[in-house]
Amino acid sequence: MAAVIPDPLDHHHHHTPSGLMRWLTTTNHKDIGTMYLIFSFVMFLSGGVMALTIRAELFQPGLQVVQPEFFNQLTTMHGLVMVFGAIMPAFVGFANWQIPLMIGASDMAFARMNNWSFWLLPPAAILLLGSFFVPGGATAAGWTLYAPLSVQMGMGMDFAIFAIHIMGLSSIMGAINIVVTILNMRAPGMTMMKMPLFCWTWLITAYLLIAVMPVLAGAVTMILTDRHFGTSFFNAAGGGDPVMYQHIFWFFGHPEVYIMILPAFGIVSQIIPAFARKPLFGYASMVYATASIAILSFVVWAHHMFTTGMPATGQLFFMYATMLIAVPTGVKVFNWVATMWRGSLSFEPPMLWATGFIFVFTMGGFTGLICAIAPIDIQVQDTYYVVAHFHYVLVAGSLFALFAGAYYWLPKWTGHMPSERLGKLHFWCSLVFFNVTFFPMHFLGLAGMPRRIPDYALQFADFNALASVGAFGFGLSQLIFLAAVVKCVRGGKPAPAKPWDGAEGLEWTVPSPAPYHTFEDAPLVK
Amino acid sequence: MSETLERYFVPEPSRFPIFGSIALLLFGAGAALWVNQVKAGPWIFFLGIAILIYMLFGWFGQVVRESQGGKYGTRVDASFRWSMGWFIFSEVMFFAAFFGALFYVRALAVPALSSGENEALLWQGYNGAWPNAGPRALDTAAVEPFTPMGAWGIPAINTLILLTSGATLTWAHYGLLKDKRGQLKLGLLLTILLGAIFLGFQAYEYVHAYGELNLRLDTGIYGSTFFMLTGFHGLHVTVGAIMLTVMLCRAVAGHFNAQHHFGFEAAAWYWHFVDVVWLILFVVVYWL
Repeated sequence: MAAVIPDPLDHHHHHTPSGLMRWLTTTNHKDIGTMYLIFSFVMFLSGGVMALTIRAELFQPGLQVVQPEFFNQLTTMHGLVMVFGAIMPAFVGFANWQIPLMIGASDMAFARMNNWSFWLLPPAAILLLGSFFVPGGATAAGWTLYAPLSVQMGMGMDFAIFAIHIMGLSSIMGAINIVVTILNMRAPGMTMMKMPLFCWTWLITAYLLIAVMPVLAGAVTMILTDRHFGTSFFNAAGGGDPVMYQHIFWFFGHPEVYIMILPAFGIVSQIIPAFARKPLFGYASMVYATASIAILSFVVWAHHMFTTGMPATGQLFFMYATMLIAVPTGVKVFNWVATMWRGSLSFEPPMLWATGFIFVFTMGGFTGLICAIAPIDIQVQDTYYVVAHFHYVLVAGSLFALFAGAYYWLPKWTGHMPSERLGKLHFWCSLVFFNVTFFPMHFLGLAGMPRRIPDYALQFADFNALASVGAFGFGLSQLIFLAAVVKCVRGGKPAPAKPWDGAEGLEWTVPSPAPYHTFEDAPLVK
Repeated sequence: MSETLERYFVPEPSRFPIFGSIALLLFGAGAALWVNQVKAGPWIFFLGIAILIYMLFGWFGQVVRESQGGKYGTRVDASFRWSMGWFIFSEVMFFAAFFGALFYVRALAVPALSSGENEALLWQGYNGAWPNAGPRALDTAAVEPFTPMGAWGIPAINTLILLTSGATLTWAHYGLLKDKRGQLKLGLLLTILLGAIFLGFQAYEYVHAYGELNLRLDTGIYGSTFFMLTGFHGLHVTVGAIMLTVMLCRAVAGHFNAQHHFGFEAAAWYWHFVDVVWLILFVVVYWL
């Protein structure tokens, strides 16, 4: 694998505009990846401010900071913004930057459409966040937008519906782009089973996106027509059924949670071998495990609905199908640990985050198994136990993996080594405050505290105060990340082409920072 | 894969995507305001549509020029094939949501409302036989009864029309492959005309439904599923017909040859997809 020297003449691309127009019109996967990452961080901070407002209200029993109506808007929008604005675009940002570099492609398969996929997100964010300011405020139906509540909401709901349509369009185009890039743009010799695992996880994630985003579009379209055009999809008086909304939504929603975690598995599977200085243990089984998780994700949706009402046979089916997912997930965790086993481990920030991911994500996985057991789930449904569970997999899972990936690839993106001191500080603060925030929520949930409630009974006060302190600590810790990234972009120790000595892959054969155009002539992979 | 790959075409920076984004922002905001009776809503909405049309013309025009300019090699051609296939799959899943809703209400929701405790305590005398507008239709003073749409009049003719259009399109494709340009153009023209006749019949059927049958979008779950499924299908037929019209114009302008015509094929794939959706629609919406 020879290093690719940037073409000094660069005669193909002499029209590149400068300033704002460069970013508005760019067809370069690195520019677009950068925009995705910045956008997702801005949305992460917006959603974070909403979360902190929620925690400020819940610091004490009683109402002191916000009104209950606004509280419900905050929980709804926090969920929508974090899922569709922060986590998903961040992974697409990684995909944009890394997939062409990892498979030896000159760019994404559809570079112009790639630009549109990104630039659809700011309009969607404007519609979504702007809905706070319309009469009646933003939708307060919960991020799941269950009917009949969502059918009864004010104008903000319509803004959310159209924002979801636009984000869905962006996701489908992005997913098609990623599938085609991976299937069609690999360098000679880069067979499917030689691909870095990050590309594999994203290929499978992209299939999930293509399959379920249109279903969400259909679901919110039915809400829209129920709201304004007199249809009766979710209205029992007209022969419809509000429970049907839940089925359609979770047919999208469960694959969606894997959309948010599979690329995280991919990032961790890149980092652990690099810092264990050993090849990934069980590469093929990782690929099959990822595919199994994706396939199973289509037949488990009703485990979100055990208390909604379902025949016992249905409950049994969805309970066992859900538990089955623990098998491929277990394969993955086993393989990561086996990769580390007797490796020459070193714990630079990316590895710290990846190792932390394995610990805390696995705890979230275990509580997921507990929630999968129908008789237990009937007790903990809609309690803080569920809130604890999905924050363990989404924050300690997806978000920790995103930070791991950011510290891992920042040298390639910026040409500078990120500060190890700041990276480690960021990690330890985040890990401690994350657990201070979310671990007590398990106890709150088991004791019966319902979620999405601005006030609570006195006996929950201590753990709530603790969780709120943790949340503010966690929120402030993210400013360390901002500082680390800004510092890394502006300067620092120059990064060599391959800054991590155990790292493997084509992206480390190009200089750091990666030149604007890479692999215009495909490298040969042996 | 061969050892030496041709360079993949990466387009220049383009202003079309950002126009598309502005268009959809106006489209979404305008629609959200319009459904809430805000006066500016339709203006913003149609401004968005206008920008979208400008963007689509410009963007697809550029793609056609790049294709005619020989910039797309075999690798780009393969990308287009993959992407069109997966795009159609995403459309299949969109329709799956609405077909799923239809199956759910017919198999589960309506039978549940009309049996057991629900029937005894809530909706006495409610008969869950399909077609059904829901229990509120029991109150015949408030809800006028409707007549369901039959299958063997216009819908059956429409089925024949769409099946024939699939055949004429394939005939046009053979014309292209054998370099018989007249057959290509005539086949495309016939396909578009059949599509237009289909849409005309659909429009007539809707007028008939609203007028004589008293079957409307708000006629309970039957009206909801009927109009949403046939309506989205009609929208897709319209899009397919526009795609075929563009292909006809390109054929008249001398584009395409026997080896290089994926634009035509993509439109044909889309048309066949719309055909298949109609067949399922005809069976489960009109007939059974």
